[in-house]
Amino acid sequence: MKKKSFAGTLYTVLILFFLYAPIAVMIVFSFNAGRSTSVMSGLSFKWYGELFRDRATINSLVNTVIVAVISSIVSTIMGTAAATALFRYKSNVLRKSVLTVTNIPMMNPDIVTGFALMLLFVFCGRALGIQKDLLGLPTLLIAHITFELPYVILNVLPKLRQTDPNLFEAAQDLGCPPLRAYFKVILPAIMPGILSGLMMAFTLSVDDFIISYFVSGPTSQTLPIQIYAMTKRDVTPDMYALSTIIFLVILVMLMLYNGISSQKSPKKVRQRHR
Amino acid sequence: MNRSSFRTRIAGSPYLVWAALFILVPLGMVAYYSFTDQSGRFTLDNMARISDYTGPFLLSIWLGLLATVICLIIAYPLAYLIANSGEKRQRTMMLLMMLPMWMNFLLRTYSWMTILGDNGLINTLVTAIGLDPLKLINTRGAVVLGMVYDFLPYMVLPIYTIMLKIDRSLVEAAQDLGAGRLNVVKNVIFPLSVPGIVSGVTMVFVPSVSTFYISQKLGGTGTLLIGDIIEQQFQLGETSLHVGASLSFVLMILIFVCLTVMNRFSDSDGSVLV
Repeated sequence: MKKKSFAGTLYTVLILFFLYAPIAVMIVFSFNAGRSTSVMSGLSFKWYGELFRDRATINSLVNTVIVAVISSIVSTIMGTAAATALFRYKSNVLRKSVLTVTNIPMMNPDIVTGFALMLLFVFCGRALGIQKDLLGLPTLLIAHITFELPYVILNVLPKLRQTDPNLFEAAQDLGCPPLRAYFKVILPAIMPGILSGLMMAFTLSVDDFIISYFVSGPTSQTLPIQIYAMTKRDVTPDMYALSTIIFLVILVMLMLYNGISSQKSPKKVRQRHR
Repeated sequence: MNRSSFRTRIAGSPYLVWAALFILVPLGMVAYYSFTDQSGRFTLDNMARISDYTGPFLLSIWLGLLATVICLIIAYPLAYLIANSGEKRQRTMMLLMMLPMWMNFLLRTYSWMTILGDNGLINTLVTAIGLDPLKLINTRGAVVLGMVYDFLPYMVLPIYTIMLKIDRSLVEAAQDLGAGRLNVVKNVIFPLSVPGIVSGVTMVFVPSVSTFYISQKLGGTGTLLIGDIIEQQFQLGETSLHVGASLSFVLMILIFVCLTVMNRFSDSDGSVLV
């Protein structure tokens, strides 16, 4: 199996071509001198300039970052606390049923999650007599926290299972109060899970379109919603310019992350193979 | 001990309240709106209207299934190839698989319009060599292509992850006992990778069935999916929310049934999902 077959390499290359062809198209057309996203008429950087002059796009970018930062921090704190509690529940029935509910937003189609939350907000708005600006930043935040929470919990729980319960008890035996022992012993041990949960929550938030679409108002457009509104009319190459920038940022970030983790991990991988 | 378990309960309670309010209550809202009219009276009219949308329902399931099967056929050999390549190559391939997932899926889908359009890249090429232009965009095939493109990494990642977990000694044992390469895959690797397949299938099928953006952009007016109908009801305003709710309700139950049937085929506890 060590032998690298030509067919295998060809297959891999073909799939990569399939995955990257549309992205390459986007990058090429972001340098289009004309307005079109289907006919090239010369090279230019003007759409990159245009992008930063477009107020609506910049506003939606700011909204996206605000929502992503707040929602991912809140969901990480609440989710970590919840995972800790879940892990220590004595009743199996209780733990199972909470986990089942936690799974719902991941299993349900986004369109149902978004529609259901929207119905809740509309219902509450009607009950409270709010007609104008019912949907906005607060509802967007609630929705994002809701769909991020399961991912945080599922990232933290396995790390809790891996920690040695004796450590926590040892700390307490040595006179450390439980809460302090938690922060000193458990929290550092599960930190990798918390961080990957936070990262996942953040990226899910930045990327989410479907749920946001149902629960955001005209004043709280995020970038994906802004892009959707633009693709309803006619996309100009400035959107492609934006995704080219995003592509480069992510590429650099992933490569940095990869570089860091490849320096750390060889030991771990060797252990797994044993 | 008692105080500690009390603290545990405190730590978990914000999440429990949150999950009840924003996961369970919204689902209750979907049910409530499905079975009531504008004035809040019980009615079965909304459910009866579902029969008007049998066509879109069936089409969604058909195209979703098609996309899922194609993804599985493409992804399985790829995951196998990646899992059996060198460490450095695995890392690079994972990076390349994940990178497109971080790009905005609206724009990735949109750029297929540039490629498939009537005056798009493929047709420019086709007419350049003297053939008649092809009808590519606004077909069901284009919608399935969009689904496969958008969700392929969701199939590759869980299958790859589960393949890494397969004990090498089992493969070696089979080889020692004289099993050929095909037999090893059929009798050892495939059965052990079923949990990965199940979560991959889930992660592709659910968003495919419920999509509305892909069908809007690549399918034109001819491919109305159930997601499109729900989105239309949302756009039509408050009077249509009841029909939208009943459609969401049925979609949710449908997917729940599909997932339950599928989980019968495996003993996975869903832990491979993340």
